Amino acid sequence: MKENGTEKFMVFEGVGVTYGGGADGTEALKPTDLTLSKGDFLALVGPSGCGKSTILKLVSEVLAPTTGNIFFAGRELGATPFRVGMAFQSASLLPWMTVRDNVMLPLKIVKPFKTEFRAKRKGEYRDRVDALLEKVGLIDFADSNPWELSGGMMQRTNLCRALIHEPDLLLLDEPFGALDQFTREELWQTLQDLWIERRPTVILVTHDLREAAYLASRICVMSPRPGRIVDDSAVEFPRPRHIDLVFEPDFVTLVQRLRGKIVHTPNTRKLDAA
Amino acid sequence: MTQSPLRKIAPALLIISFFVLWEMACLVFGISHLVLPRPTQIVSTFFEYAPAIWPHAQQTLYTTMVGFSAGVVIGLTLGVLIGSSKLAYETAYPLLVGISSIPKVAVVPIFVLWFGAGTVPAILTAAIICIFPIVVNVATGIATVEPELEDVMRSLKATKLEILWNIGLPRSMPYFFASLKVAVTLSFVGSVIAETVASNRGVGNMMLIASSSFNVPLVFAGLMVLATMGIGFYTVFSLIERRVAGWAMRKAV
Ligand SMILES: Nc1ncnc2c1ncn2[C@@H]1O[C@H](COP(=O)(O)OP(=O)(O)OP(=O)(O)O)[C@@H](O)[C@H]1O
Ligand SMILES: [Mg+2]
Repeated sequence: MKENGTEKFMVFEGVGVTYGGGADGTEALKPTDLTLSKGDFLALVGPSGCGKSTILKLVSEVLAPTTGNIFFAGRELGATPFRVGMAFQSASLLPWMTVRDNVMLPLKIVKPFKTEFRAKRKGEYRDRVDALLEKVGLIDFADSNPWELSGGMMQRTNLCRALIHEPDLLLLDEPFGALDQFTREELWQTLQDLWIERRPTVILVTHDLREAAYLASRICVMSPRPGRIVDDSAVEFPRPRHIDLVFEPDFVTLVQRLRGKIVHTPNTRKLDAA
Repeated sequence: MTQSPLRKIAPALLIISFFVLWEMACLVFGISHLVLPRPTQIVSTFFEYAPAIWPHAQQTLYTTMVGFSAGVVIGLTLGVLIGSSKLAYETAYPLLVGISSIPKVAVVPIFVLWFGAGTVPAILTAAIICIFPIVVNVATGIATVEPELEDVMRSLKATKLEILWNIGLPRSMPYFFASLKVAVTLSFVGSVIAETVASNRGVGNMMLIASSSFNVPLVFAGLMVLATMGIGFYTVFSLIERRVAGWAMRKAV
């Protein structure tokens, strides 16, 4: 699948989701078309309950669409399968495992790591986990149980678990929501560095418009439930971006424009209906 | 977690005062040892008859352990199978609860009929009596896994077996151990009853013979042996539980 030189990674064709099934179910996502190119960094913003997490669950194939089809490149016979890393909105850490073991989980499950897990690599994997925990400032809590963590610490553990197996597709559902401004900006930097270095395809769900504009190469704005994509625009700021960018006039203009899109969606909806 | 020293010794204190009260009550009211022997009498009878009690205790321990182990293996397997499938869980659960409320000792005569008196009915009774609590608990533990945790595994493209191994089984461990502690005591009940009805060996049989010859202190000594074995296993499983399923009680292991 190639188009204009960029390789398509994933295509949504009329994908809609109704929870609970039937006519009296909750329509979360209106039939939606969306194309994701390889190496895209897409931010998904929109009001609460508009179906952002639903889209991530569709992309990670945890949820099957009610209508429409999803195509992935790399699913053809003989293609190397891509790895998925997802940080769920609720941290969903396994309570019977320590922080370190939680982060190590994908290495036990995902190829090619799992084949080598039992053999020689366990110590090596452990060092790798510890290096990542060090980076997010959790190394002192590696042996703690999940319930001994604060909300922000759980979120960081969750983020590590999504990153540890170097996924080709990275799905982040409000990964920085419970963090203070400084930790958050540090992790923005970490995420951007990682993206520049390895170029995974990323979908980032966030309520923070500055976060979306600072990190993403493309931003999709969604309408209130049932969700639709009402705006899809590229973010052109050169990389690597520095945190001072957020004070520049172009950046502020972009954030304000996005803000307008979200606030004004109810009107557009009325116009659509009419 | 820090506990005050009083809270730690409180259970032991309660047991000791129970026996002291018992001893004093027997002395004060002059209760005959044919009705209710004093704890000291029971203990001295135990030591007096220890060589005779030993083979019976061994037999009971043997039948109970074999039956219990078989019950655990079967119960765990059935529980995992039933809990893993929503359909199986919804279909089989009412049936299981129904069966588990049938008094299992009623089947002892049937086992005797099929296999003759002796060791086999005792083992079978011990097994069948402990299977159901284990099945019901393990199935519940696996069937009520939080969907969010399964989603984590599915986003990693884990197989059903990997999900069961990494989520279902660990999640059901607290349920499993809760049922084990009940099941092991039930197993003792099962084998002792089978021994009483149809065997010439075992603590149950010994107690039956002792009571027919009015050796009441020996009957109580038999009870003491059973209680000790029961408490022993309960303790062992509690310790394993702390290690394997301590997370459910949020105890650092
Ligand atoms: N498992 C479910 N069963 C039924 N309805 C659901 C389920 N999950 C989500 N919904 C409904 O679907 C809609 C979209 O939910 P979703 O979680 O995708 O929202 P969101 O955009 O992620 O919101 P937020 O920003 O608050 O996280 C909501 O109205 C919600 O009520
Ligand atoms: Mg959400």
